[in-house]
Amino acid sequence: MKRFAALIDRLIYTRSRNSKLALIVDYLRHTPDPDRGWAIAALTESLDFPAVKAGTVRALLATRIDEELFRLSRHFVGDTAETAALLWPDAPGTKAELSVAEAVDALAATSRSDAPAVVASLLDQLDADGRYALLKLALGGMRVGVSARLAKQAFAQAFDVPVDDVEELWHAIAPPYAPLFAWGEGRAERPDLADVAFFRPFMLAHPLEEESVDLADYAAEWKWDGIRVQIVHGGGETRIYSRGGEEIGGAFPELVAAFDQDAVIDGELLVRGEVQGGEAASFNALQQRLGRKTVSKKMLADYPAFVRVYDLLALDGDDLRALPWTERRRRLEAFVPRLAASHFDLSQVIDPTDFDDLAKRRAGARDAAIEGVMLKRRDAPYVAGRRAGLWYKWKRDPLTADCVMMYAQRGNGRRASFYSDYTFGCWSDAGELLPVGKAYSGFTDAELKWLDKFVRDNTLNRFGPVREVEKSLVLEVAFDSIHSSKRHKSGLAMRFPRISRIRRDKPAEEADRIATLRGMVT
Amino acid sequence: MAKAKTWIEPHPGGIYVKPADLWIDPSRPAPRAAVTHGHADHARSGHGAVFATSETLAIMALRYGVDAEASHNQAYGYGDGFERGGVRFSFHPAGHVLGSAQILMEYAGERIVVTGDYKRRVDPTCARFEVVPCDIFITEATFGLPVFRHPPTRDEIAKLIGAVRAEPDRSVLVGAYALGKAQRVIAELRAAGWDAPIYIHGALEKMCALYALHGVDLGELRLVSETDKAAMAGQIVLAPPSALNDRWSRRLPDPVTAMASGWMRVRQRARQRMVELPLVISDHADWDELTATIAEVNPGETWITHGSEDGLLRWCELTQRKARALHLVGRDLEEEEA
Repeated sequence: MKRFAALIDRLIYTRSRNSKLALIVDYLRHTPDPDRGWAIAALTESLDFPAVKAGTVRALLATRIDEELFRLSRHFVGDTAETAALLWPDAPGTKAELSVAEAVDALAATSRSDAPAVVASLLDQLDADGRYALLKLALGGMRVGVSARLAKQAFAQAFDVPVDDVEELWHAIAPPYAPLFAWGEGRAERPDLADVAFFRPFMLAHPLEEESVDLADYAAEWKWDGIRVQIVHGGGETRIYSRGGEEIGGAFPELVAAFDQDAVIDGELLVRGEVQGGEAASFNALQQRLGRKTVSKKMLADYPAFVRVYDLLALDGDDLRALPWTERRRRLEAFVPRLAASHFDLSQVIDPTDFDDLAKRRAGARDAAIEGVMLKRRDAPYVAGRRAGLWYKWKRDPLTADCVMMYAQRGNGRRASFYSDYTFGCWSDAGELLPVGKAYSGFTDAELKWLDKFVRDNTLNRFGPVREVEKSLVLEVAFDSIHSSKRHKSGLAMRFPRISRIRRDKPAEEADRIATLRGMVT
Repeated sequence: MAKAKTWIEPHPGGIYVKPADLWIDPSRPAPRAAVTHGHADHARSGHGAVFATSETLAIMALRYGVDAEASHNQAYGYGDGFERGGVRFSFHPAGHVLGSAQILMEYAGERIVVTGDYKRRVDPTCARFEVVPCDIFITEATFGLPVFRHPPTRDEIAKLIGAVRAEPDRSVLVGAYALGKAQRVIAELRAAGWDAPIYIHGALEKMCALYALHGVDLGELRLVSETDKAAMAGQIVLAPPSALNDRWSRRLPDPVTAMASGWMRVRQRARQRMVELPLVISDHADWDELTATIAEVNPGETWITHGSEDGLLRWCELTQRKARALHLVGRDLEEEEA
């Protein structure tokens, strides 16, 4: 637990992404199994101990310290786990080193009624830093800025294996990931995923910066304004993965039930809007369905979800990713009719006469769910990540950028009690988040309520009326133009920035880079 | 026995001693001020006559332009004091910074101690706190919550030295308050065997010299402004906290930002200061020291001047001690200095 506690401590105080990466790499290389696996699962919030909750800890503390002193301390510190770690009296005597695995085993095995005694005995074996690590492990809410993506990158770097392979294997193997480490260290073959509904890393697109592309080489499709999903059927189950590889099938049970083919598809999850005559509704409507663990019948009826399919990655046990897009498309068109039309349709290829025609159609697209145009190289295989020249996204005006919320401030007047002004940033080449602008409009009242709650639940620091938040929420910001500016560290200033969407589905690391924004400077 | 409440009055701006017509640590100019120590929230300029230890008076001369030689200002050694209006005042070590003193007042058979700021642990730069028995103990409570338990200073110093050695291409920049904390960190580093030159921000220069003049050996100090950037790689640099994330720090080789303060105990506080290496080193008593001191002094009544009064009040209530909070104002320097 000492090493894990030290790692958490260093991560808390380390701001640069690259430095965080280096710390995790070092930890993974020099910590034995299964501790390192449990540790990385804890960092990425992949552990849950249902018997141990914040209330358990509070009740336990009440047996050791005056409740009023706990309350005052909690108020000052602002975090239950940290308060408890600091207040818990040091047990006398020397302590044997408690391993992360021992702690995990004890927490996992306990019942709700035994939990206080189990947690107490663990706390007694640790010093203040160790207690903090243990309580964060038990309760979650680590907040050290380590996403699943960063953890996978650290793993790839630690053992010099391709990050794409790690992405595939990660979600197929449960903590503490022993087969993954064995493979990483060359002690075992790559784990066999034949019977597992595993996640394939998405192929991503670059923004189109060229004047035009040759349509003989590139096929054009609409870019849909939903969330990108991968539906995988394998090993007898169906899973829906979002961009970051999170399993979101629980929020869309009707899709899980309807997908009954041995296949892996890539597509856009949308909801059908009534006003659009059953066509796809705007992203706002889809948001009603996101982030839910259970779904009511009313939600299912009011916001019916479907998937507009645009790629086929595997079919009947065959991996199709090495095939060129043309071939995958041919098979996709033949495949989609096998799916229930109520929940799946085919994303149509646009067939423009020339590039100017495409530009006109893009500008004239009225559909609320159309975000722009995708250009896909006809001879390109399906490869993970963002490769130059293969896929382009050509978003509709205005300019937009995916930014990460950094600070929030209370508004004025009607909004005085809401955190409604948001400062957001993009990534520098050094992997630092730098502010690029501030916006206080573009969202509905319901979204404002949600944003306000996000700010309160994810506050890191308070500076008077301003709160610094956990850098985890991606905001799609629309703006009329962007200019060079000396006022901001990023060297950029946006004109009329507004929040166009809340991208709860998008991992913060995938927000845009400063360099991309600089490319939009006029 | 006189009733204390008739001869001593706590006001938001300080403690007024009626028979002597004198204020203790007044926040506004007063005709007569007895001053516990040189920090700006206790020592101010513009008083008529100042009564303090000779070190505190020297610090006030340096920082606030008080004329230490003027005949109306009086300097005392520990254990010494004066009498005015029937009140006997005397100065006793508080262990906070150089010259810091508790002020004992004796009047009509009653004893009152004002601690100013204090700590109990050993500090190579100042005299150690002495327990002074009294009827009313007027204490600070900067860290008056049980979450504040300062670890052993040598562990924190070892952490600092370890961090410098771990990254020989970088300097470690320690934010430390210019009066007291900076000199203590330097002296503790010397005690731990760090004999390389220590580099300092210009704002620390005069106070370090004053400490040296009072017999506190700080070893070789060099000014950052007179040193090549490259020469400070693998070295320790001290600056006031305000300079940490300032442009000034650009003259250092890729500095690791450290901060020496009791607040560093709380992680989010450290993050808020953009600190990478928090060092829990404080010149204030932690929770255990505060409570142990009250128990040891065992006064008839405890008055709490500033800090987390609620926590300490609650402890007094739980241990059945009579206590009250004074709600003094202007004691907010602790944010920087603790």
